[in-house]
Amino acid sequence: MIILNEIYKKYSTPSGEITALNNINLRVSPGEIFGIIGKSGAGKSTLIRCVNLLEKPTSGQVIVAGEELTSLSPSELRNARRKIGMIFQHFNLLTSRTVYDNIALPLELCGYSRQQIKENIMPLLDLTGLMDKINHFPAQLSGGQKQRVAIARALASQPKVLLSDEATSALDPETTHKILDLLKNIRDTLKLTILLITHEMSVIKACCDRVAILQHGELIEENEVGEFFAHPKTPIAKKFIASSLTHTLPDAIRSKVLAFEQPDTHPVWRLRFIEKTATQPIVSQLINQFNLRINILQANVDYIKNHPLGIMIIAVAGDTSKIQAGMLYLQNLGVQLEVIGYVPNNIISFA
Amino acid sequence: MSQTTLFLLLNASLATIYMVFISSILATIVGLPLGILLYITRKGNILEQKSIYQILAAIVNVGRSIPFIILMIAVIPFTRLIVGTSIGMNAAIVPLSLAAMPFIARVVENALLEVNRGLIEAATAMGATSWQIIIKVLIPESLPGIINGLTLTVISLIGFSAMAGAVGGGGLGDLAIRYGYHRFDVSMMLMTIIIMVVFVQLIQWIGDRMVHKFSHHKR
Ligand SMILES: Nc1ncnc2c1ncn2[C@@H]1O[C@H](COP(=O)(O)OP(=O)(O)OP(=O)(O)O)[C@@H](O)[C@H]1O
Ligand SMILES: [Mg+2]
Repeated sequence: MIILNEIYKKYSTPSGEITALNNINLRVSPGEIFGIIGKSGAGKSTLIRCVNLLEKPTSGQVIVAGEELTSLSPSELRNARRKIGMIFQHFNLLTSRTVYDNIALPLELCGYSRQQIKENIMPLLDLTGLMDKINHFPAQLSGGQKQRVAIARALASQPKVLLSDEATSALDPETTHKILDLLKNIRDTLKLTILLITHEMSVIKACCDRVAILQHGELIEENEVGEFFAHPKTPIAKKFIASSLTHTLPDAIRSKVLAFEQPDTHPVWRLRFIEKTATQPIVSQLINQFNLRINILQANVDYIKNHPLGIMIIAVAGDTSKIQAGMLYLQNLGVQLEVIGYVPNNIISFA
Repeated sequence: MSQTTLFLLLNASLATIYMVFISSILATIVGLPLGILLYITRKGNILEQKSIYQILAAIVNVGRSIPFIILMIAVIPFTRLIVGTSIGMNAAIVPLSLAAMPFIARVVENALLEVNRGLIEAATAMGATSWQIIIKVLIPESLPGIINGLTLTVISLIGFSAMAGAVGGGGLGDLAIRYGYHRFDVSMMLMTIIIMVVFVQLIQWIGDRMVHKFSHHKR
């Protein structure tokens, strides 16, 4: 649905040339929600703006819905843009227009009659839950409501593709969640293809099918979301994933964790389960088979696209040889195990 | 107050209103598109045209830097050409309009610069033409700013019209000079001042009301 071929974008600045996008190749399939994640300055906005040619690539091909945008005349490009909706971090609603008139704008631009506009807009107001707000001005709306208006506006001309440039970055976590749910819902009901960019792993986790990482203007890793979380390849992918999972110890315990083993201490393990191992009764195995005593300090299992992904931090007590054996057992199962320190036994009870 | 004084004041007020009204309209007809042209040809805007912008900006700057009293005299030949005479209300309208045009152009340009660029981007992404962006986004979004600027211009024109009146244009300024100054008629002088103050207040009030009506930023 969206194809980017060898896209380069260079800016010449007084201090020299900046390569904002460096040989971007991307394929987004129909009906897919594709997320691009990257840190600030990675080139995310530049990349998504290249898709509807708000930013003209220095070289390369942009193909959306089978049409090569990079080869179109200005008027053909305007027509093509009508089939690509876009939403923005700061909503970009017209302050001079009501909710209804904001959503009507793209249709006015296409020369629709008042009646046609109304017929097109009503279902969208319903879909986005804005029926009771149609005569409000944007200044009277909350951030989440504004983004709903922006979404309805982006959908008014019945686009095949929706581009989202950090659409939830200005919203609180709860509102973010609702907006992402709305996007998923829209994708399902309207069979839309969505390309979104974000700097938050939680957004990818909540709604994307595929994900790519953008770093210094290059796409360095691309995968199906479940796979991506399960088997991150690059260090930056691992960092993004780590940042999205809670696996830190409570302060009270963390301050007592020693870096080296000492008498009367117990090892603390961080276990990362992926796929099958996450669903196995590992803890009971450790207890029954190796006669270990386990104290769970922190545990978290996330389901990303039905792939379980777990993190557990445990303190282990038992014979040294049994502990070694248990470690080996887990590693053979495919659990990623890391000894993060040792806690004195007066802090943790194994009773 | 005698009948004649009243008649004089009424007549002069109507003359002032006429001069200010007509020159405001003429100045807006030229100044508004000029301001929009300045904005859209400016660097980084929808129809960026460096040379056109520089030429227009230079004209506007020259126009704004000539003091009105000098402009009035300098354009006399031009006034004669258009109106046929260089004295009277109609003749005064020519320098008044010319003085207000560059002022309005800048005021409009500044109002447009306040429009959030994200809106232009959003409209572009919707496939809007440059014309549609101007009509549907730029003007409605900057309307409160434009009205504020026009109010300012009209008020300045009341002052300028008094100056024009002093050199034979008629109106309240003319009255103040002829009676108040040359004949030491203090009450006439006071009366003209009061009327001008009322005019200014009224225009400011109307302007503020309109800005309020068109502004939906924060309520
Ligand atoms: N018009 C421009 N002129 C020069 N350099 C630019 C321009 N636009 C972007 N850049 C540069 O390109 C790089 C990528 O910018 P971009 O805005 O795409 O980053 P981003 O990933 O969206 O960041 P953020 O998360 O902060 O929005 C940055 O180094 C930026 O300085
Ligand atoms: Mg950005």
